[in-house]
Amino acid sequence: MTPTLINGLFIFMLACFIGFEVIRRVSPLLHTPLMSLTNALDAIAVVGAIVLVGEGKSRLSVIFGTIAIVAATSNVVGGFFITDRMLRMFKSSRPASKAQ
Amino acid sequence: MNLPPGTEYIIEFCYLIASALFIFSLKWMSSPATARRGILAGEIGMVLAIGGTLLQHDIISYKWIFVGLALGAIIGVPLGMVQMTAVPQRTALSHAFGALCVTLVGTSEFYLKSPNISKFTMSVLSMEVILGGLTFTGSLMAAGKLQEVLPQRPITYKGQNIVNFLLLAGAVVLAVLLVIDPSQRQYFPFIVGIAVIFGVLLIIPIGGADMPTVISLLNGYAGLSAAAMGFVVNSKLLIIAGALDGSSGLILSIIMSKAMNRSFTNVLFGAFGQVQVAAAVDGEAKTYRSASAEEAAAILGVASSVVIIPGYGMAVAQAQHKVRELFDALSKKGVDVRFAIHPVAGRMPGHMNVLLAEADIPYDRLIEMDDINGDFPQTDVALVIGANDVTNPAARSDKNSPIYGMPILDVDKARTVMVIKRSMSPGFAGIDNPLYYMDHTLMLFGDAKGFVGNIVKELSGGGH
Repeated sequence: MTPTLINGLFIFMLACFIGFEVIRRVSPLLHTPLMSLTNALDAIAVVGAIVLVGEGKSRLSVIFGTIAIVAATSNVVGGFFITDRMLRMFKSSRPASKAQ
Repeated sequence: MNLPPGTEYIIEFCYLIASALFIFSLKWMSSPATARRGILAGEIGMVLAIGGTLLQHDIISYKWIFVGLALGAIIGVPLGMVQMTAVPQRTALSHAFGALCVTLVGTSEFYLKSPNISKFTMSVLSMEVILGGLTFTGSLMAAGKLQEVLPQRPITYKGQNIVNFLLLAGAVVLAVLLVIDPSQRQYFPFIVGIAVIFGVLLIIPIGGADMPTVISLLNGYAGLSAAAMGFVVNSKLLIIAGALDGSSGLILSIIMSKAMNRSFTNVLFGAFGQVQVAAAVDGEAKTYRSASAEEAAAILGVASSVVIIPGYGMAVAQAQHKVRELFDALSKKGVDVRFAIHPVAGRMPGHMNVLLAEADIPYDRLIEMDDINGDFPQTDVALVIGANDVTNPAARSDKNSPIYGMPILDVDKARTVMVIKRSMSPGFAGIDNPLYYMDHTLMLFGDAKGFVGNIVKELSGGGH
């Protein structure tokens, strides 16, 4: 195993810990927007597809890569869009109507 | 392209900032007050990451990149504008898209690199395409079931788990052979093929009630496959984003499986769709009381506290806006109205919250199960709208019940219980609900939207 891969494993482990700690604190109220947000962030896989297509090393990689860019970009655009729409709907009750 | 020296440092710096922004993005999701800031952080991170990538000197042609980005954006906009009731299937579809991207990139990388591929890279690449392939078809199946294009009924057969296990084992064995000898390229299509078939078979036995767990799990798989891709293409940013998404999906799966009283291993190995043998309904006709909208309105109008328990039935009937009218009408009369949200109510985590928020119900009125259960004995009326199993007291008391041990909303402890339901037929899982036969339960037969509308009419025209 090369140092790059070892570094990758360390990063993966640390990111998992951060992920668990951060997401544990997300309010259950927002679990649906959380899922659409992580989906949009996950579509960062588009960077891999961009390099693949840009290098243009084989016809297969360009075709597959372009489809991959389309799929991931639609997740980025659609994911952020719908998450924002959902979050705009969450409103607190006016102070006047607060019971407690 | 001739880029000034040092560009690679700028690119890496973009990725570094993007990673930090992604973590902030999720951190700000902890409260509705900061959540929209989280989206902004995520968007900036995404723009930085994509912009930085476009600067890479390996890129010699931009034509297909821009075609892909433009097409993706065009497809993404309508996917972002779907109705809130369609959010579960939209989410499943986007898991499928994410997994498709990862699988296609993984496949291309394999054919570009093999046979000069290190053992470690080959291992993660196999993981990438197996997880990606099964998440792709599995999510498509889930989306189809949620959209009701496919039958929602679980389809089970004898030895299902063994067939599934053998298939997956087959893919893993081929992957191991390929790791040992990366020149055996002919194995690769079979690995992807098996993963794709496995995804279909995995979701076939899943019924609607299990969807929240399944969607969370597929979310986790999609994240892990993206992290694996990060190792293959050597992108730290992707490893981080994949790890965040993977842990998010895993946490949600754990929460969902706890809320359904399933063990986590049970969920991990996809054994969620066990056939639930409907308890033979004993012949004796049990008696229940039914009431009209007028009677229900009279009781609700004089109550001092009402808790509404929404379920998937409310989503199906699109009754959330009528429920809001009811909330307004009762609040105007000084009734304290709150909503009790069971973690697995609906078809995905947080489904009910989004629907009620869409109907403009303030989020501080939406109370989680553990926080509201203690209040039911002091509640005048518990109004169940389209929820069934999550209110079934048999889960507490009847050891023979298939849902025994599942945490439920203690609706039966309220002074009066009202249940809006189409008919007395048992719910999705085919489990009879003793709640309906209790002395202080009133059955309100009808369509959720129509019935709630009638109650509102009675309440607001209440002068007669």
